[in-house]
Amino acid sequence: MSRSAAMLIMGVFTLYFLTPIWWLLTTSTKTGGEISSTAPLWFTANSAGTFFTNLGRLFAYGDGLFGRWLLNSALYAGVGALIGTVIAAMCGYALAKYEFRGREAIFNIVLSGVLVPATALALPLFLIFSRVELTNTMWAVFLPSLVSPFGVYLARIYAAASVPGELLEAARLDGSGEIRTFFTVSTRLMAPALVTIFLFQFVAIWNNFFLPLIMLRDQALFPVTLGLYAWNSQISQIPELRSLVIVGALVSILPLIIAFLALQRFWSSGLGAGGVK
Amino acid sequence: MRAHYGKVTAAFAMISALALSGCSAGGDSTEAGADAAPCEASEGPVTLNFTTWVPGMDKVVELWNADNPDIQVQVQTSPNGNSGTYQNFFNQIQAGNAPDLGQVEYDALPNFRVQDGLENIAGCEGVADAEDKFVDWTWGQVTFGEEDAVYAVPQDSGPMAMYYRADLFEQAGIEVPTTWEEYAAAAEKIKAQGSYITNFPKQDVNWFAGMVWQNGGQWFANNGESWDVDLTSPESEEVATYWQDLLSKDLVSTLPSFSDEWNASFNEGQQWTWVSAVWGATTLSTGAPDTAGKWAVAPMPQWEDGGTAAGNWGGSSTAVLKGSDHPAEAAKFALWLNTDPEALALANELGGIYPAATSATELDAFSGGVDYYGGQKIYDVFADASANVNPDFTWGPTMTQTYTDVSDGFGAAIGGSGTLMDALENGQQKTIDSLKSQSIPVAE
Repeated sequence: MSRSAAMLIMGVFTLYFLTPIWWLLTTSTKTGGEISSTAPLWFTANSAGTFFTNLGRLFAYGDGLFGRWLLNSALYAGVGALIGTVIAAMCGYALAKYEFRGREAIFNIVLSGVLVPATALALPLFLIFSRVELTNTMWAVFLPSLVSPFGVYLARIYAAASVPGELLEAARLDGSGEIRTFFTVSTRLMAPALVTIFLFQFVAIWNNFFLPLIMLRDQALFPVTLGLYAWNSQISQIPELRSLVIVGALVSILPLIIAFLALQRFWSSGLGAGGVK
Repeated sequence: MRAHYGKVTAAFAMISALALSGCSAGGDSTEAGADAAPCEASEGPVTLNFTTWVPGMDKVVELWNADNPDIQVQVQTSPNGNSGTYQNFFNQIQAGNAPDLGQVEYDALPNFRVQDGLENIAGCEGVADAEDKFVDWTWGQVTFGEEDAVYAVPQDSGPMAMYYRADLFEQAGIEVPTTWEEYAAAAEKIKAQGSYITNFPKQDVNWFAGMVWQNGGQWFANNGESWDVDLTSPESEEVATYWQDLLSKDLVSTLPSFSDEWNASFNEGQQWTWVSAVWGATTLSTGAPDTAGKWAVAPMPQWEDGGTAAGNWGGSSTAVLKGSDHPAEAAKFALWLNTDPEALALANELGGIYPAATSATELDAFSGGVDYYGGQKIYDVFADASANVNPDFTWGPTMTQTYTDVSDGFGAAIGGSGTLMDALENGQQKTIDSLKSQSIPVAE
């Protein structure tokens, strides 16, 4: 295929993926009435002013509920992904670097966890959490998001490839304990994989919707996805929410974009590492 | 309250089908007949949970909390019922931690009844005497015609009338239709002017049910032992044939309801009428701001000349959910919420609720003229319509699914394969299958 044909195809698909985001951006700068009455993919004369008005209303509406949801999401996704990454890394590392009976069985069970969609687990989780009276608490969303079977898989593969057994033996000879070795030597070697796991987990928790929908009743605990959904379902009663939902959607993807941009340096260098030896 | 059926509902439906088939198969939850348990007040102070999606309900409840230190109510705001909240209620009832009170639309109530998800509050103080305070048909919705049984307190209703562009009808010299026959004739003249008389909402099967309701049709009936399913009754068929005819001649548009294009078509004068519920008044004024002052409201077109029948679209109740530890207090609060003049006025102002209480007509919000409708006292029209809604209409226990099935068929009919009547026949069969698969007895 010629270079220009390839460029054309890529250009078309780039456009295809960017159009919704562009729409989100332009529509965020419109008032409720303008959304249906002006050109959908372009700005209006007083876009800048309207955008900041919308933004102000977004954070003021319902006593600052939206800010609360953002904080909740940041907490669920930030802390959840961090702890989730540590757990997945330790588990994957152990599976890669220690010989013990049932190792493959454990690994296969964890791997099969990748195949079970989170949606299918939501209801059983709800019933279990009900039994221990943890529904409608932050724990109900936080605890399940610590688990990342895919992270374990990734950590094992990466640890097997990037942490040499000789290095571990050298560390042991020097008198370093297993835990110390893991945190001071192995995690550094596994850094690109850890960043990837963190990013995957962060995005998954940030976008998680079904579990909070089932678990939470108190809207002060909602993550931003569920909050926007709840607003969206009230548009027929409060039409002013239409523009708030749109601006809110735009604001809610910013943390993801920031996380990607900030971490992509580690990430892209990591994927190529070991490719040429 | 209006219902939307989206992907989430579908996902829920799949999961809940698993959950329900596992949990309800062995029970005798379909057994009719009331169990009016004595309803005793709890000792000491009580805290009630109330889950709703009516905007501003927390402010209304603040009024109650200020006056009732011993019965405090906590409001939890959720997405609207079919967007996940009903399924959450079922899950929570199953797990024994449902809120004391929940908002439930009339068309979902039978489902809760069949799944044994409601407390019978007939024995609670003041409930039996409250019947006279509510519009007739709404009371029928919360009792299911059972003796000594009340399962919820009516909250709002959606009596239907016809919004129309008074200015356009006048300019074009077309008479405002009073019968469906005249409506179809007007549709042709309006099409000749390059516009549509209205939009056929293929997703809003409950709108279509409102039409059948007006025509005296009944989709469901429950004789206490089994369910009759009759989506294809002569009344239903008449409505389906009528709209099929308009669709076939391309006299009505088929935009997705409440979408931006839909709003725009009203805003740009491409739609001359909208036969809709009382809550549609705000939908229209916010969706089509440029047409302010040009609209008016008249009673629904009639099947028989000189008739007064009206349909209903939407409406919900405040139900006491199964497992509540304080049904007496919950019932007391629900009655206050839906009859107290101050509460009703605030719920209307913040949440757009059109109350099911008969005293609503005395509220200021419903007594004056509305500027958007040229200063017309439109709520008088809806109050008359409300009194003319057939009180015996019954919803079935699997409405979400029936809506989805029929709506799929409507979509196909609009796309040119099959007719609206085919959709109803298909919906009839699927509804019966679905009832049977949940071990709910069906009369055939």
